[in-house]
Amino acid sequence: MAEEIRAEMVANVWKVVAAAGDTIAAGDTIVILESMKMEIPVLAEDGGTLVELTVSEGDVVQEGDLIARLG
Amino acid sequence: MFETVLVAGRGEIARRVIRTLRRLEVRSVAVYSEADQSLPYVAEADEAVLLGPADPSQSYLDAARLIEAARRTGAQAVHPCYGFLSESADFAEQVQDAGLVWIGPPPAAMRGMADKIAARQTMVAAGVPVAEGSPLPLTTIEAAQEAANQLGYPLMVKASAGGGGIGMGEVHDDEGLRKVFASAQSRAQRLYGSSDILLERYLHGARHVEVQILGLADGRILALGERDCSVQRRHQKIAEETPSPAVGPELRARLFDAAVRAGKAVGYVNAGTVECLVQPETQEFVFLEMNTRLQVEHPITELVTGVDLVEEQLRIAAGLEPSFGSEVPIPKGNALELRVYAEDPVRFLPGPGTISRYEEPTGEGVRVDSGYADGNVVTPHYDPLLAKLCVWGPDRNTMLARAATAVAGYVLEGPKVNLPFFTRLLAEPGFVSGEYDTGLVAAMGAGVATRRAG
Repeated sequence: MAEEIRAEMVANVWKVVAAAGDTIAAGDTIVILESMKMEIPVLAEDGGTLVELTVSEGDVVQEGDLIARLG
Repeated sequence: MFETVLVAGRGEIARRVIRTLRRLEVRSVAVYSEADQSLPYVAEADEAVLLGPADPSQSYLDAARLIEAARRTGAQAVHPCYGFLSESADFAEQVQDAGLVWIGPPPAAMRGMADKIAARQTMVAAGVPVAEGSPLPLTTIEAAQEAANQLGYPLMVKASAGGGGIGMGEVHDDEGLRKVFASAQSRAQRLYGSSDILLERYLHGARHVEVQILGLADGRILALGERDCSVQRRHQKIAEETPSPAVGPELRARLFDAAVRAGKAVGYVNAGTVECLVQPETQEFVFLEMNTRLQVEHPITELVTGVDLVEEQLRIAAGLEPSFGSEVPIPKGNALELRVYAEDPVRFLPGPGTISRYEEPTGEGVRVDSGYADGNVVTPHYDPLLAKLCVWGPDRNTMLARAATAVAGYVLEGPKVNLPFFTRLLAEPGFVSGEYDTGLVAAMGAGVATRRAG
């Protein structure tokens, strides 16, 4: 099952926790965003292999932007 | 009194300080970043100085730029507001070294309360009760494990240099301690430059009650009243009320006595707040921390006492007597503050955006301290507080009814806002009864994000 992980709000990418190729379990943190002085962990819903990671630390993401793709 | 004061904050608190300066006919100087130039406080100040880019390190946290702005505008004093550099003793010293008046406590008093472990020791020496905890800074998991074995679970893991609930974690067993200790250490190092950790007994069913103090220019310390701040998400306050439904006259007298002792122990001057955890069943309390600045929730104390705390801060800094003379005003009625945040009402995730419609509620006993207006952009750069909806009533039920009407009448469209949460809160039996503790919000459905400092 492919899973697309998208940003829920305008934010900075504060920390990239996972790397492409990693095996991810449901509930694992992919990246940590930062917005309005809050750390917002972005979690995998289903899990799988991290096929693509489209952000790096320091990037600004808009609401709806793709962060990662799991396969 | 001063002729010109620089207001070293942004948003609602800068606007609120400027309002008092205007009433006292003191010239106000606002400072702003590129992200904030359209906000009401910038227009309402007599003069406004652009500090720099949106990034706080290049604007509101840049001490040199702030002091330069004060010099350039002929300000004699700096009001630190809350947040940013308001609790930085180094900044307070730099302000004083520049020949300006710091509208806040002496830097030594700020330092005495900045480190939680040192503050605990000071409180013990002053006869103020503290929670059982590790007496020395913990730097290794082995030392933490040993301290945990002695103290027993549940425990709260805290950054010694931290404050305001940031980076705290509750642990119930060895495994939890290992996890939380490591993340708390790295976070503390990053945010505060010190990875020292403190373990304290976690008190179940406790209420967060704080006492507003004023250290006068002549050295006396007055307690003005308590505020109950037990409605929290992520260890952060979202609603506060006074008086605390859990505090009777006898407990209040003990809390006030402890707060005055705490202030005396560090030679406190100006407005400050002594935070405690109260166990309603045993009527016991322990010292938590002291905030050496004006609190976000100060308006509820103002609503019941009729005292303008910002005016008193200015008077104290100028060496004047308090406006209310020698008698501490007796509080009347009940007051509630609801923090209107740009975040969704269920998970409390931040939601920046452009305000497309904005109308504040009005009505008897209603006071709104807001930082934004119609058309303003709420950016992701700063904390999500949009406004404080404060409501006074002659009794608690009237206050709650007025609050519900005010929440329903608050129009705020564009960013995600937590107003629907307050509709729920004001109908929640646990809140309405007054018999709630710091677990209330979690019991109503918890959030997931953690707050960052700096």
